Amino acid sequence: MQTLRRTPLYERHAALGARLVPFAGWEMPVQYTSIGDEHRAVRTSAGVFDVSHMGQLELDGNGSHEYLQARLSNDLDRIEPGRAQYTLLTNDEGGIGDDLIAYRRGADSYLLIVNASNVEPDHRLLAETHDVSAEWALLAVQGPEALDRLGVDVEAFTFREEDVLGVRCLVAGTGYTGERGCELGCGPDEAPRLWDAILERGVTPCGLGARDTLRLEACYPLHGNDITPETTPIEAGLGWACALEKDFTGVEVLRRQKKEGPERKLVAFMTEGRTIPRYGMRIEEGGVVTSGTLSPTLGEGIGLGYVPAALAEPGTGITIDVRGRPRSAHIVRKPFYKRDEGKEA
Amino acid sequence: MADESYPDELSYHKEHDWARIEGDTATLGITWYAQDALGEIVHFEGPAQGSSVAKDESYGEVESVKAVSDLIAPLTGEVAEVNQQVLEAPETINEDPYGTGWLIKIRLADTGELDDLLDVAAYRKLVDEER
Repeated sequence: MQTLRRTPLYERHAALGARLVPFAGWEMPVQYTSIGDEHRAVRTSAGVFDVSHMGQLELDGNGSHEYLQARLSNDLDRIEPGRAQYTLLTNDEGGIGDDLIAYRRGADSYLLIVNASNVEPDHRLLAETHDVSAEWALLAVQGPEALDRLGVDVEAFTFREEDVLGVRCLVAGTGYTGERGCELGCGPDEAPRLWDAILERGVTPCGLGARDTLRLEACYPLHGNDITPETTPIEAGLGWACALEKDFTGVEVLRRQKKEGPERKLVAFMTEGRTIPRYGMRIEEGGVVTSGTLSPTLGEGIGLGYVPAALAEPGTGITIDVRGRPRSAHIVRKPFYKRDEGKEA
Repeated sequence: MADESYPDELSYHKEHDWARIEGDTATLGITWYAQDALGEIVHFEGPAQGSSVAKDESYGEVESVKAVSDLIAPLTGEVAEVNQQVLEAPETINEDPYGTGWLIKIRLADTGELDDLLDVAAYRKLVDEER
């Protein structure tokens, strides 16, 4: 059996009585009190997640920009130093090897934050980069009050270096919850002090369980479930993150698929009768559920899944095989939850 | 959520179900340990009144945000009553697993089966081993 890795905050999680589970080779907190309470804390005030399991790849020096521009799907020419971009690492078949955020630190200097389970495969596809994951702890502070609680002011998809609650951090206006907030990168040794200071500001510790329900309400795909090396950005509705006019790995496949239209599409759906869809459940019209939960915000069963393109229109009824029982659902427009922009100060 | 407890007067089944025996009827539910492992329960799929449940076999499901679990009948019998409160508010199971969070009542088919159930000491031992 593989030994599970622990983040610099493991002792903190254990002391808070978190339920710890294996995730992508790490022993991570799935919840501290309850998924519902943690979810609501992020939707209404502020929550903090330890996401130190995520990976960091670096590339600096002449030619770095060109190297990544030829391998990542989005157009790095569209971001200046100090800005971040959601992008995909595609394979020769146009499949999604990973989804990640590229942080442009300088004309030829990048930090990539990638999914924990994909650090090694990403590093193989981006062999020139350096895996610096061990040098980073990462905390996501999310929710309408998150930035105020920290005394941080950072615009979405920008970042800078700054002291936060007395700890030197990379402060980025990014997240995975559908709320305003930031992600704070710091040295592993500093992480417990930063964590304690954040909790002292009344921010609720939140586990991976709430992270999943939050991201699913916002319809952010989860790599390994909703998007995989076998699914393409065109099928997944991520064409907006692909600059098809430039060359990158697998682009010909994607151009053709965009022109001809994909055979299947990743759609959002709601079930009837609070049925909870689950990963891997069959959609009887031809397809499969890739994510599902009971939405804490809506109180309804929600999910993502692939269906034939002809059935992808909102309003279309589908049937899900729930452990042998047929259950009705219907396609809805993404996302399930969108924060009230009016609440932003 | 309720605090951990295992009432002395109940009989237990190794799949983390309890039974309260009163004459030839039994009230069934899941233990504190089972509801804690599941987390916030959001759905209870129960049997129809009048249907039969068989010892050691599934008679329904409880589902949390995290997982689904089969409900295993500790005893054989006919379903006399299904807890409507739990159907409408499944979180009742987390709040009071041995009281208002009971699931079904059955009329026992064979009181001889009672000998196969665990007493509280045996069940606690089993829970300690699973931890």
